[in-house]
This record gives sequence, C-alpha cells and structure tokens, in this order.
Amino acid sequence: MAAELEVHGIEAPSRIRRLLATLALVRESRIAMIGALLVGFWVAMAILAPVLPLFDPNQPILPLQKPLTPTPDGQSTFWLGTDHKGRDVLARLIWGSQRVLVWATLATLTAYVAGIVMGVTAGYFGGWWDEALSFLANVLLSFPVMVLYIVIITRIGASPLNIVLAVTFASAPGIMRIVRGLVLDLRNRDYVAAAQVRGEHPLYIMFVEILPNARGPLIVDACLRMGYTTIALATLGFLGLGLPPPDPDWGAMIAETQPMGAFAGHAMIFPALAVTSLVLGFNLLADGIREISLRD
Amino acid sequence: MLVLAARRFGAMVLIMAVISLILFLIFETDKLAVAGKVLGPYSTIEQRELWLEQHGYNRPFFVRYGEWVWSALHGDFGTSIRFKVPVSDLLWERLANTGLLAGLVFLFMIPLSLTLGVLAGMREGSKTDRLISLVSIVTTSTPEFASAAFLVALFVFHLGWLPGTSAMTSGFDPWQLVLPVTVLVLYDFGYVARMTRASMAEVMTSQYIRTAILKGLPRSRVILVHALRNALIAPFTVIVLQLNWLLSGVIVVEVFFAYKGFGSLLYEAATFGDIFLIEACTIVAVFVAVFSQFISDIGYMLLNPRIRFR
Repeated sequence: MAAELEVHGIEAPSRIRRLLATLALVRESRIAMIGALLVGFWVAMAILAPVLPLFDPNQPILPLQKPLTPTPDGQSTFWLGTDHKGRDVLARLIWGSQRVLVWATLATLTAYVAGIVMGVTAGYFGGWWDEALSFLANVLLSFPVMVLYIVIITRIGASPLNIVLAVTFASAPGIMRIVRGLVLDLRNRDYVAAAQVRGEHPLYIMFVEILPNARGPLIVDACLRMGYTTIALATLGFLGLGLPPPDPDWGAMIAETQPMGAFAGHAMIFPALAVTSLVLGFNLLADGIREISLRD
Repeated sequence: MLVLAARRFGAMVLIMAVISLILFLIFETDKLAVAGKVLGPYSTIEQRELWLEQHGYNRPFFVRYGEWVWSALHGDFGTSIRFKVPVSDLLWERLANTGLLAGLVFLFMIPLSLTLGVLAGMREGSKTDRLISLVSIVTTSTPEFASAAFLVALFVFHLGWLPGTSAMTSGFDPWQLVLPVTVLVLYDFGYVARMTRASMAEVMTSQYIRTAILKGLPRSRVILVHALRNALIAPFTVIVLQLNWLLSGVIVVEVFFAYKGFGSLLYEAATFGDIFLIEACTIVAVFVAVFSQFISDIGYMLLNPRIRFR
C-alpha cells in the first residue's frame, strides 16, 4: 500500500511537470510562439465575446460607415465600420471567431475520432480489414476536397451538424492514413509484444499502449488540420453553403459585401484578415512544433 | 515497371467504378425525386410516374446504372435540367475555359515555386531561406476568397487598374484573367516551394554533393548539374497532384470572379439541384484527380531509377 502511494506520489507531479515542460518548449521556437499568440488571440476573443462591450452583431444600426466613425449618439465608435446592412463589423468579426472556432474544433475532433479508430484498427489488425478501410480512404481522397463538400452539403443541406459530418468525411481518410502508418511502425515494439504476452485486450493495446506513442506527429497534423478546417468552413460560408445566417460567418461576410466592395471595402477586408491570421496561427504553430520535435 | 503501371491503372479504374456507383446511388435511387427535379415542383405524381416509365426508370437498378455508365463513357451525360441543353455541350465548353485558367496558373506557378524552392533549399537557414519560407507560409494560409478580397480591394476599388469580374460578357478579355490567375498562383505556389525546398535541402546534405564541392567544382555547376536533377523528382509529383487542389480552388475563384468555367458550373449545378449536371461534373472532377495521381505515380517511377529497376 505504502509503495503504491509512493509511486503515485512521484507520478502525479511528474506528469504535470511534463505538460508544463511541453508548453515551455513552445517558447523555444519563435515561429511556434507567434502561431500560439495568433491562435490564442482569437480563442480569447471567442471566449470574451459575451463580455466585451460590443454591439449586437445582428442588429442593423447605420449602413456603410467607414472604420473609426463615431456612432450617431456620439457615445461610442464603429472601430471597424459597419457593413451594407448597418451591422457593426467588429462585433460580427468577434462573434464570428467564436462560431468558426467552436465548429472547426468540433469537426476536427469528430474527424480525429473517426480517423484514429479507422487507422489504429487498420494498422493493428491488418488483413482484409486494413485493405477495406484503405480502399475506402482512397475512394474518399480521390475527390477534390471542395467537390466532396459541395456534393455532401447540397445533398443533405447546410446545417452545423451536416458540416461536421462533411468535414469528417473529407478529413478522416487522411488522418487514418497517418495513424495507420504510425501504428504499423509501432506495433512490433517490445512493449506491445509484452502486453500481448500479458494477455491484454487488443483494445487496451491499441489505445493505451500504441496510440499515446504516436501522438507527436498527430499533434502537428491536428494543428494543420484545424487550419484546413477553418479554411473549409469559411469557404463554405463564402459559397453560401456554410453555417446558416444571420449569425456572423467570416466567409459569408466577404460574400455579402463583395458586390458593393466599392463602398464597403473594409467590410470585406477585415474578415479576410481575420481568417488569414487564424489559419496562419495554426500553420505557424504546426511548423514550430515540428521544428522543436525534430531538434530533440 | 509495366506490371506496376498496369496495377496502378487497374486501381484507377476500380476507384472510378466505385465512385460512379456511389454517385448514382446518392442521386438516382429516389426515382420520384429525379422526376420531380426534371418536371418541376408543380408536376403531379401521375406525370412523374409517366415520365419515369417513358425514360426507362422502372427497370432494375443495375440495368439503369450500366446504361448510365455506358452512355457516360460515350460522352452522353443526359440533358441539363437548368440549362435545357445536353450536359456534354456545357461541360466541354466550361472545361476548356477552366483549362485555360489552370494552364496559366501552372505556367506561372511552376517556375516561380521551383526557383524559390531551390533558392531556399540551397543554403538552409540563410536569410533568403527564411524570407522565402515565411512568404510561402503566409500565402498558403490565405484562403482563395481572402486573397481575392485583398487584391480586389487594392487593384479594382482603390487603384482601378483591373476589372473585378471575369464573366467575359463582351468577348474574350485577357485582363479579366489576371486576378483569378494571381489568386490561384498565390495559394498554390507556397506548398510546391516548400516541398522543393525540403527536397533540395536534403540533396544538399548528401554524400555525393559534398564530394562534388570538395573536389573543387564551381558551386553553380554543383547545383545545376548535380543537385537539381535529384532535387526536382519529389516536386514533380507534388506539382501533378496540385491539380486536385487546384480544382477545389478553381470553384471558389470562379464563383468569386463570375468566371464561366467548370468550377462555377459545378457550383451552380449543385445549388440548383441539377442532378445530371452534378453527376457529370463530379465524375469529371474525380477523373481529373485520379488520373493526375496515376500520372504522378508513373512519372515518379520514370524519374527515379531506384524505383524503376526494382
């Protein structure tokens, strides 16, 4: 009993310390730092959106105001101007960040669960199961991504859940391929053989022994994929196939103001800057983490 | 070599067969919905059933599928519900327009990305390398519609130099191609440049390059004659595979600039629910993607002797 306590006593802080050490590593790469700052900025905006002193993002006030115009009552300012319907661009931008981050995270997570289950089982069991899943992945990967999105969404309709489904269809095959490759490499390790000899359940071996050791490349891939999913969601919004209006969506904001860009250029540029900075953040973070992991 | 090529070809045919079956299942299992689309929302059930009977929809599923594949192979995809003309007429015209767009993109993207990639990879970690890497990561992080918004705001509304739409309503106008091509090149070149850089950097650390430098060859000769040939094998496959990405980007860019190409055709067909047109466009898009994969595999085998002779 005492021995067990002692083991736990050592293990618990070391795990936290390990996590802290990993986080501190990010500071080692300037690229990763900039990426983390960009992503962190938008995450903070998304969380703080309800608390910040913003206008109602869907409330028309005064159309086509340039940035930094004072409001009619003189109490406040349209920092980034208003769009063609008179809605405050800053408020729409910040609420839009909440929407894109929530759904992009959810969609990427779902795709990861599907991709990991497919990849781990395909890599571990091999045989006909592996061939069937790999063929399925090949079929889905043969579609140009946007074609797949458009076909799925025009067929089942544009709702948040359907978009999660479409992203899962488009991303899971790629994730599966990566995971499968990693598992093929790991499954012949001694600790896996040891677990097999111990008589552990295959599920335990796959998800407790193998998967945690494949996390490095997966973290990098997850950052990249968050970027792709952000682009996909915004692009679908731009094409009018995204999350339904009137709630703000960065892509839809660009599509709405594009025809009157001569008067509302700002309402088009700020959402474009927002989506670019968020995607850039994810990509820099991925690049930085890869750089750090290669260095060790 | 031939065996490998034949196997790849077989895989390609199999994938096309499966995808055509999936598409047919998705769009034509519900026969009444097909008839409803063709005859319009105000047609009666009797009219729809009569139409189904006349057009042979009451035969078994696989007979219909077989016939559909057979006529598709002969270039007959039925009649567009929206445009009321044979799908193939629309398809070839729009494909030619997109072909022009894609051709121009490749014409500018390939030299640009290869040059930048080689320059960056020649001296890993140098200032040039860092600058090029930074530029390419920023441009690949900018989705097509975002860079289109920046460029339109600058060149169309602010400076007034370029037209903001590319519908070509009054005849062919090369100026209308400038922005769509620029947007696509900007998004696509970064990835190829990064691949070229990685491949070049790897080659530059290899033994035979060190030997060439140590035996006193001029640096330009080492790079142009010794390094490039091997460094460009990987980018070649990446460039061919870019076709797949380009098709996605083409949809966004053609919708943004109202260009009458294949991407906007697919988009219109999908939003309108023009079943036969969606089927045809999707099949063509997938075919282009799968075929470019095939070409890239074969090309890689031809270019890389280590694989060719195994």
